[in-house]
Amino acid sequence: MFTEKRKNIIAALLIVAFLSYSFFLYLSLPVKNISVSKETSKGKLVWQQYNCNACHQVYGLGGYLGPDLTNTYSLRGPAYIKAFVQNGTATMPNFDLNEKEVSALLAYLRDIAASGKGDPRTFTINNNGTIQQ
Amino acid sequence: MAPSNSKQEAPSRLFIIAALVLLGTGMFWGVTGGLQYLIPGFLKSYLPFQKIRPLHVSSVVFWIIFSSTGAVFTYLQQHTGKKIYSRLLIKIQLIIFSLSVIAILISYCAGIFGGREYWEFHPILALPIVAGWILFLINFIKSAGSFRNQPVYVWMWFTGILFFLFTFLESYLWIFPYFRNNVVNDMTVQWKSYGAMVGSWNMLIYGSSIFLMDKISNSKNYSHSSMAFLLYFIGLFNLMFNWGHHIYTLPTHNYIKHISYAISMTELFILGRIIFNWRASVSAAKKNFHKTAYRFLVAADAWIFLTLLLAIIMSVPGINLYTHGTHITVAHTMGATIGINSFLLLAIAFDILNDTCLSFEPYKKLFNRGYWLANISLFVFWISLIGAGVVKAKWQLSTSQIPFSSMMLQLRPFFIVFFISGVVMMTGFLCIIYPLLKNNVLCYFKFKTTGKIQTHYYSPAA
Repeated sequence: MFTEKRKNIIAALLIVAFLSYSFFLYLSLPVKNISVSKETSKGKLVWQQYNCNACHQVYGLGGYLGPDLTNTYSLRGPAYIKAFVQNGTATMPNFDLNEKEVSALLAYLRDIAASGKGDPRTFTINNNGTIQQ
Repeated sequence: MAPSNSKQEAPSRLFIIAALVLLGTGMFWGVTGGLQYLIPGFLKSYLPFQKIRPLHVSSVVFWIIFSSTGAVFTYLQQHTGKKIYSRLLIKIQLIIFSLSVIAILISYCAGIFGGREYWEFHPILALPIVAGWILFLINFIKSAGSFRNQPVYVWMWFTGILFFLFTFLESYLWIFPYFRNNVVNDMTVQWKSYGAMVGSWNMLIYGSSIFLMDKISNSKNYSHSSMAFLLYFIGLFNLMFNWGHHIYTLPTHNYIKHISYAISMTELFILGRIIFNWRASVSAAKKNFHKTAYRFLVAADAWIFLTLLLAIIMSVPGINLYTHGTHITVAHTMGATIGINSFLLLAIAFDILNDTCLSFEPYKKLFNRGYWLANISLFVFWISLIGAGVVKAKWQLSTSQIPFSSMMLQLRPFFIVFFISGVVMMTGFLCIIYPLLKNNVLCYFKFKTTGKIQTHYYSPAA
């Protein structure tokens, strides 16, 4: 069934398909025409610098110790988030972020909230098992 | 298949010894993290959860990387009957990897992170990992020689090495603003890389497992068969295109989700079939000779079916909607990482490291207890995570949602079981790896001193 020639052809076809898929995706990312503020960009780096993902999720991906923050900005507002960030909780340390960092982080969370809805209750399930929002 | 030669394989064995240390380290951080779920604020000022989690994840991922690298080098030599192309390159790779791991673990303690979900470290520290991996690739290609008429595991090793390099580099595309400036774009590429990266190290582990099965059955019929290659190509297809099941709820391209839904998670089924077919063909006497390795393969076999069941359920987007973001996902990861990958790697470790200058006889009881402790506690651990996940799933979809902190309080009984079973599991694993580690480290230094190694082939489970 698998001669040496066939193995090589299948492997080559799969690799070409994978590379094509990868580069097609890189060149046609889901969201186009992005205009992102400097503050939002900085906010993403603050998010990563303090490893917020270790405890918090975005679109259900991340840690499990804290809540999912995908739409927290739009649902609770910046003051609510700021209170937690600046004071910490029983579990979350106060990271002593300066005003610029807090402001950048809020801009990033606002950007995430504007990107879509992460709440599973906003989805409907189709008969074929797929989901849509 | 050439017989093993301890002296020839010494540098590659060091990878596995280092891996066992990392497994112990990873379990320690895991238990500490579990304690932080039970005691809010535990070590908050010194080692908060955002430090403990990457310490745990990186230690465990490096356990997989180190042990599978050691397995590939060792088995490649046994397969070809020749020395590895360059022992110097192996040593350089080992030094690079070891120093990088130490630097990575220290960086977390110092509060320096990559900040990515879920395997992350600072991009600067990724550079030596890439350099070490390129050495691995060079050494592998030069040692393997022609790919003509090679068994399936050589293809799997090559695929694993190549795709790990690609996906690891891909996981750092976020450093370019083009990729990171939008959360949806960023997460799409991130999970493309991580999904395939797991598939790539699975290729290394599963390839080595097939070599071990061939070795135990003393036959290469399976690894040259059309069925083996058919399953390999299906696995490769999965590695390349099934990663979208991680991001069903992300507002990304729909075609990514549809492709993933159609083909995802058949890789575990593939290995289950391989092991099942192999076991039926092995005679009892040969099984007994390698009984320790065999025992872990049996354990992995059971976990493949449990994890497969969960994986199939979770691969349906409509069901994934319930399980996504809950501890059911963690149960799946733990089943795959501990139940399948770690048990397979322990089977390989016992096969490679069992010829030491010291006897394993005094550790027979310890091993047996450890084996059962690890297996039973892993099952309890797994069930507690599923239980916690079901409660969280109900909460996520509830129309009158109580606060997150109240929901976490409801999960507390599951966390208690999760923590206790985690401690018992760690104890079990330590009982298993302690004799292996102790005998090998002592004999390694004896070998370094005398240049001779007297081997005692022994299986503590026998």
